Amino acid sequence: METPTRQIRQNRGTGEEQAGGEPIITVKGLAAGYGKDTVIENVSFEVRRGEIFVILGVSGCGKSTLLKNMMGLYRPLAGKVIIGGVDINAAGKEEIKKIRLNMGVLFQSAALFGSMTIGENISLVLKEYLDLPDETIDLIVRMKLAMVDLAGYGNHLPSEISGGMKIRAGFARAMALDPSVLFLDEPSAGLDPVTAAEIDILIKSINAGMGTTMVIITQELESIFNIATRGILLDKGEKGIIAEGDPRELKENSSDPRVTSFFNRKPMGQKKVGT
Amino acid sequence: MGSIKAPAITAEEKRFDFAPTRDTVEVVLIRRREKHIFIVMEREKKEHAGYALHLEGDKNGEVTLSVSGKLVLGNLKRVMEDIRSLLEDFIPSEITIDLAGLEYLDSAGAVALLQTEKKAKDKSLPFRFINMDPATERIIGLLKIEEIYTEPLVSYRAAKGFFEEVGETSRSILRDIKQLITFLGELLFVFWHAMRHPRFVRWGEVLFYMKRAGVDSLPIVGFVNFLLGFVVAVMAAHQLAKYEFSVFLGSLVAIAMVKMFGPLMTAILLAGRTGSAFAAEIGTMVVDEEVNALISMGFDPAGFLTFPKIVATVFVLPLLVLYADLAGVLGGLVIARADMDMAAYTYFSEMPTSISLFDLLWSLLKTVVFAVIISGVGCQRGFSVRGGAEAVGKRTTSAAVTSIFLIILVDTAFALVVRYIR
Repeated sequence: METPTRQIRQNRGTGEEQAGGEPIITVKGLAAGYGKDTVIENVSFEVRRGEIFVILGVSGCGKSTLLKNMMGLYRPLAGKVIIGGVDINAAGKEEIKKIRLNMGVLFQSAALFGSMTIGENISLVLKEYLDLPDETIDLIVRMKLAMVDLAGYGNHLPSEISGGMKIRAGFARAMALDPSVLFLDEPSAGLDPVTAAEIDILIKSINAGMGTTMVIITQELESIFNIATRGILLDKGEKGIIAEGDPRELKENSSDPRVTSFFNRKPMGQKKVGT
Repeated sequence: MGSIKAPAITAEEKRFDFAPTRDTVEVVLIRRREKHIFIVMEREKKEHAGYALHLEGDKNGEVTLSVSGKLVLGNLKRVMEDIRSLLEDFIPSEITIDLAGLEYLDSAGAVALLQTEKKAKDKSLPFRFINMDPATERIIGLLKIEEIYTEPLVSYRAAKGFFEEVGETSRSILRDIKQLITFLGELLFVFWHAMRHPRFVRWGEVLFYMKRAGVDSLPIVGFVNFLLGFVVAVMAAHQLAKYEFSVFLGSLVAIAMVKMFGPLMTAILLAGRTGSAFAAEIGTMVVDEEVNALISMGFDPAGFLTFPKIVATVFVLPLLVLYADLAGVLGGLVIARADMDMAAYTYFSEMPTSISLFDLLWSLLKTVVFAVIISGVGCQRGFSVRGGAEAVGKRTTSAAVTSIFLIILVDTAFALVVRYIR
């Protein structure tokens, strides 16, 4: 079975050059939730190679549930998630492992291992899966740290660095194996505007340089308009997608009040404050 | 002089796979010419797209290394070794790397190229890349090679020496004792406040922890103490029979359970089960800043979180100990009936003469102190968590170990005191 991840490597180019290519992730009729309660129902969309794809929506609409189902952390109640041509819920252990090694995840709080240094966090996966001498691993770790502007912080513990630095360290760890797909769960949540903008620049530069496909949950409107190639907007009431496309176009052209409400930061059914 | 092309990528090779260096067939061809040494090194992959290195030039002179195929994380080790061995053979005075045949490069592959450049520059050798396509330029641009060799801002955390370890451990023990005493002071203050304002105590929480520490512990406490009574009876039965003192078997088991095993074993079980759970619960709240949230809302964490746990444990531990004593005595009865064919009446008949009310109350007083130790140390260890998940684990272990140590210490003190009282 052919997987798009290998094709990405053959067809290098910026994310922009690659965007619009063949789908790398396909979600088909996905229903997900907890127990018998569904949070999302019949969700279908595609993420194309090289895209910066954003998953949007108000709190509680199922963004994180969808992302965790896409990463294979949760099993869907119905439907399929196909990554690189492989249905991740029907695949064998080995095949799943190969897919996991070719995707990186940056969790909301970075989820760095507190007992390990930043360098050890990054080298963990390299030591586990690659037969490389220590000096080569050290070189790769230094390179990943330099890529995220954390050169020199390899021996620091996660508790010794700031929130923004933790996110960048988490980014370096997620990029350790040069994955084809990166999942990012609210990478700039809780960060100051300058640090959030730095994270946006990092996302764009990795996407441009490596052609890495990014699937991002974010609530930051400025970030959405800055970095996103395409995305979907989920709605709590609808339990699914209410808009799909380029966020800038959705903001300008959508006639759906729920979409304009989200992109213009105007709560629905509320009058303007003031005169 | 054209570069050697890596084998074309087959459909089979397009399959995604890691560890691409494992199944390789190596073909090394060495040809010599009159003036030029001409080395071709080609690694051909069975299942994976490969790479080829082609080095051409004069020994001790200018050389051109043509790279084709794929330089990726999976073959990084071999690529670096091959480049190093080829260049070492030549000892060049000038190096050019021709990237015309490069099909794919990831960040690790780029490191291989940049490290070659660094080594050349370290030796002050003229170095250049030629035929670098924009994609390769972008990846190399991402790497910030000048920053890769930045020295770590803090030195590696090396293992401490013996004396440093002893010193730190001593300081840590002293700090622990100081924290425990401070915590005990805070608790006394909270206790005094609770005596004057009973509504201050969150009685709903007290009931919740009474269930968790007491009711939920019944099966394990009962089973363990039943077995202890059983074992005491097994060990004593034949000795007593030898001297025809079998009638005192019940008394012996009762004394052992009430004065020693019942309180001690139940307290140790609760220290492992409940004390460590308190430490983990409060420790996680510290990590998640829930304790800070309480402080910011004007609550006293010692009163809000600790006091219900201590009150609950003080209520349930004496009851659990009575239950444990009974379970142990019943364990002994099994041996009396099964092994010694003793009537239940005979087994119980001598107990009132050997166990006095004072013994029972003294035992219960001891368990109240144990209860304060278990819940107090558990909560104090929870509050002293600093850092993340690892710290929670450490302090949870510390809660159990410290509680058990203090329980045995207090038990010894009670044994000595009672000896002089009576």
